[in-house]
Amino acid sequence: MAQLADVEETLKRIEAHKGVIGTVVVNAEGIPIRTSLDNSSAVQYAGLLQDLTMRARSSVRDMDPQNDLTFLRIRSKKHEIMVSPENNFLLIVIQNPCE
Amino acid sequence: MTSIRPKSGTSSADSKKKGKGKKTQPPTSLEKKVSQPDHPEDIFPLVLTSATQELFGCRADEDVTQENPYKLLKKQDIIEDIKAKGAVSDFSPVKQIVLDYPEEEVLLVFDRDFLYGQCFFLILTPEAKEKIFSPPESKTPEEDENIVSKTPEPMQWISLGSEKEIEEESVKESREKLQFRLSRARKKFGSSAIFSDHTAYAKDNFVEFVSNEDSRFSIKLMQRDCGVQAVPSLQSSSAQTQWKFQRNNYTQYQPRELSKEDAESLLKSESLKNFCNSILPRVLHALQQEEIMNVFLDDWKALAAGDETTDWSRNISEDLVLHQAFTHTKYTKDKKVSCTHWHPSIYGVIAVALREKNAEQLDELPIFGTRSGYIVFYSFSDPSNAQLLLESPVDVCVFDFCPSDPNIIVGGCLNGQVILWDISAHVTHLLGMPSNSKTSTTSKCDHNDNKENKTPVVRYCAMSALESSHKAPITDIQWLPPTFEVTRSGLPVENKHHLSVQIVSCSPDCTVLFWDVRLPKLLNQAEPDRKQHMEQKPLINPHAVPETFKHLDRTWKPLFKVSLPKIDTKGDYAPLKFSLQNYTCNESAGEDDKEDHAPGQAPNENNSVEVISDYSQLRAPSARTHRALEDLNTKLFIGTEDGEIVYTDWKMVKDDSGRLHSSKPLFCINVHHWLVNTIQRSPFFKDIILTTGGRHFAIWREGLMDGPIIMSPSSELECTVGCWSLSRPAVFFIGKEDGSIEVWNLLENTTEPVRVNAHVTNDRITCIKPWTGSSKQHFLSVTDNLGLLRVFEIPKSLHTPSRKEISKVEKCFELEKQRLLDCLKKKECWAKEKKEMEDRHMTKEPDKPMKFLENKEEADMKEYSDHLMLEENVLKRLGSAVRA
Repeated sequence: MAQLADVEETLKRIEAHKGVIGTVVVNAEGIPIRTSLDNSSAVQYAGLLQDLTMRARSSVRDMDPQNDLTFLRIRSKKHEIMVSPENNFLLIVIQNPCE
Repeated sequence: MTSIRPKSGTSSADSKKKGKGKKTQPPTSLEKKVSQPDHPEDIFPLVLTSATQELFGCRADEDVTQENPYKLLKKQDIIEDIKAKGAVSDFSPVKQIVLDYPEEEVLLVFDRDFLYGQCFFLILTPEAKEKIFSPPESKTPEEDENIVSKTPEPMQWISLGSEKEIEEESVKESREKLQFRLSRARKKFGSSAIFSDHTAYAKDNFVEFVSNEDSRFSIKLMQRDCGVQAVPSLQSSSAQTQWKFQRNNYTQYQPRELSKEDAESLLKSESLKNFCNSILPRVLHALQQEEIMNVFLDDWKALAAGDETTDWSRNISEDLVLHQAFTHTKYTKDKKVSCTHWHPSIYGVIAVALREKNAEQLDELPIFGTRSGYIVFYSFSDPSNAQLLLESPVDVCVFDFCPSDPNIIVGGCLNGQVILWDISAHVTHLLGMPSNSKTSTTSKCDHNDNKENKTPVVRYCAMSALESSHKAPITDIQWLPPTFEVTRSGLPVENKHHLSVQIVSCSPDCTVLFWDVRLPKLLNQAEPDRKQHMEQKPLINPHAVPETFKHLDRTWKPLFKVSLPKIDTKGDYAPLKFSLQNYTCNESAGEDDKEDHAPGQAPNENNSVEVISDYSQLRAPSARTHRALEDLNTKLFIGTEDGEIVYTDWKMVKDDSGRLHSSKPLFCINVHHWLVNTIQRSPFFKDIILTTGGRHFAIWREGLMDGPIIMSPSSELECTVGCWSLSRPAVFFIGKEDGSIEVWNLLENTTEPVRVNAHVTNDRITCIKPWTGSSKQHFLSVTDNLGLLRVFEIPKSLHTPSRKEISKVEKCFELEKQRLLDCLKKKECWAKEKKEMEDRHMTKEPDKPMKFLENKEEADMKEYSDHLMLEENVLKRLGSAVRA
């Protein structure tokens, strides 16, 4: 129970940040575990970004095997998508830029 | 099976341990190999209650265990127990057996695994007991030995009938072996042999034993060994399915989702918690970055405030930008532009006067009808076509739009005549297409076609009388501003109707003429006659000439004439250009002005609109009826052929005899040494005049008689025309003979132009006129000797005045004026000094000066005669060329 509260707390903290539209926590298989968006969007984000993250990570590691991907930021016209891979999980955060 | 195991079990156990106990069991035969359903015969499964167990000391799992299952029970104890408990005793089923048991102790075995159904069993025979306890010890080693040793012992052979077969098969000698000895007779040894050839296969040489079938030996093959192998027959073949039935297929998939329980379990997992903890700082950092500032903001773009800024950065060049060029193939061919004017009211309309390039002589008067002069109107909207043509029988040198009515145009011709046009009928055409299309909706196409094919030609309305016009081509013509009028004697009077009705023209025939478009008063009496005359003979108007100035035609005479006698010498000045001061009458200032006006008269603007120029009805006023304007400056600046600037008064003065004649000019200064081509007043200052001519231009101040306040340095090229900028007081443009335009800014530099736009045109620039099209667009029309009209856009920097430019320029002029005065004073001083020096020189040497003078005279004379000779020679050479 204590562990669950921590995770919830962390996610809530992220979601409460200014400009954050939504978050998705994805497991190793690409299935969203917990999300603040609606299910279909979450699934879409998870599926697409999982792929991209894997690709990014493999590119980074191809260049230098000692290196590893820590963070991935995609800036689009409308908002910014931040992906942090770690430990077989994936956290996707979508934020509106400050302008 | 079950029988064997316990035996072996018991035997093995027996070897290890020996139990003690009572024997109460009668022996029974124990057979090893006999297996019985539940238990062998020599054992008996028995249930013992805990009380009995305690009594006999064979408690389960305490006294007797798995390892030590044997308990010897005394027969006597068992019998006693039976007797004591009777039927209830545990041993009652085995009562008889126990009684019959030969030995004293009965073996009880703890059966933990319930092999025989109960937890205990009794060994019924002593032999079995013995077997349990003793023999297996020896057995096991024997068995082990048997197992270990592998070499088999040879056993005695038992005959089973196989020796007979062997005997049958074996080969033995049945009798003794016979011996034979064969030899050849001795005598035959060593005899000669005869060899000869024989064929091998001849019949005699060999004995053939042909095999033949012996019937006795027909062996029937009874048994034959055969081998059969089954081999799979391989055949390669193919089959193809035909896709006869095409069917649409689809798949639908659905993303995998975690079930609730899975999700929850995952959420609780330790790994997720670690994950969250580790990525949290990074994510917060990134989020905060995003929040703080936009890294992708383009500062440069954000700074730009629209198109203006970008244009401004690009538009550094201060050149005149060509806006449009106008030319007309038909009318501008071989012609040069003599004069150009912007239409005062219509946007984008320019008129140019064209004249023949070579026809400069007066002798070549054009024959009526063959060669006519044109003023061509161009419009911005239609660069290639002329909008309007004003036709005149003679080439027009100069023209001007009437200030009060832009439809009236006056022109000065090559032969000295003044000509008038009225374009009111075609004004709509000039304004543009839309107005025309409204008027003629039916024949729209035709109208357009007409327009494209033919530009409307306007014939002149009136022309001055040849005798009373100038004797030389008119070089400058201007309307008097609508603010004042001039009487016959040159007195300026107020202009009641506020119409420009008077024209001033000058010509190198040394006269300045004043004209009036109205009929003179004297002809009032003849008016009815005239009218009748006109009614009787309705003049056929073939060219649809407007009848505005019909009254003037061919009878037009100047109002009065101003001649320009030279100041010092005899003769007159030949004016080329003149400039008079524009007078703005103070209507609003004095009340008495208003009183003089007829009541109900509207101010200036309305007049020019309401009172349609029925000039025939207007009459020239008499000097008495109108108020004379005292404060008007009646003086003219005149530029002459010889480069002099003459300042004269046009008012006629009465001399001693009472006759009116022109006064002598007030001053005359030769600055330019050649033809003066421009005299123009600054639009900002009433008394500043720009003059160009020869290789200089000069700026004069009215009132300062001594000289120009600013004099330009001598330039290599001739300055052909100059004009002030309309928006900036300090800027003016000078056109050169090579087609370049110099832009001068008095505030920046008075010795050299701010900007030289070289080769603006290909030939000599004949006319420059600036115009303010709109607040943002300022145009400069430039015409040249090739008949081309170019319109340039003045760059922003040149048409937006700087702050307090007027005052600065004023100061500049003041400074210049001061400088000039100082200069002159100094000159005077020097002149005086020199004179004094000479006088002293003269008085000192009275004799020598005579000789000196004489010598000087002689030398002078000689020089003069030489000069005359030179002159003659030169003139002779030139004599063959065209006379000026």
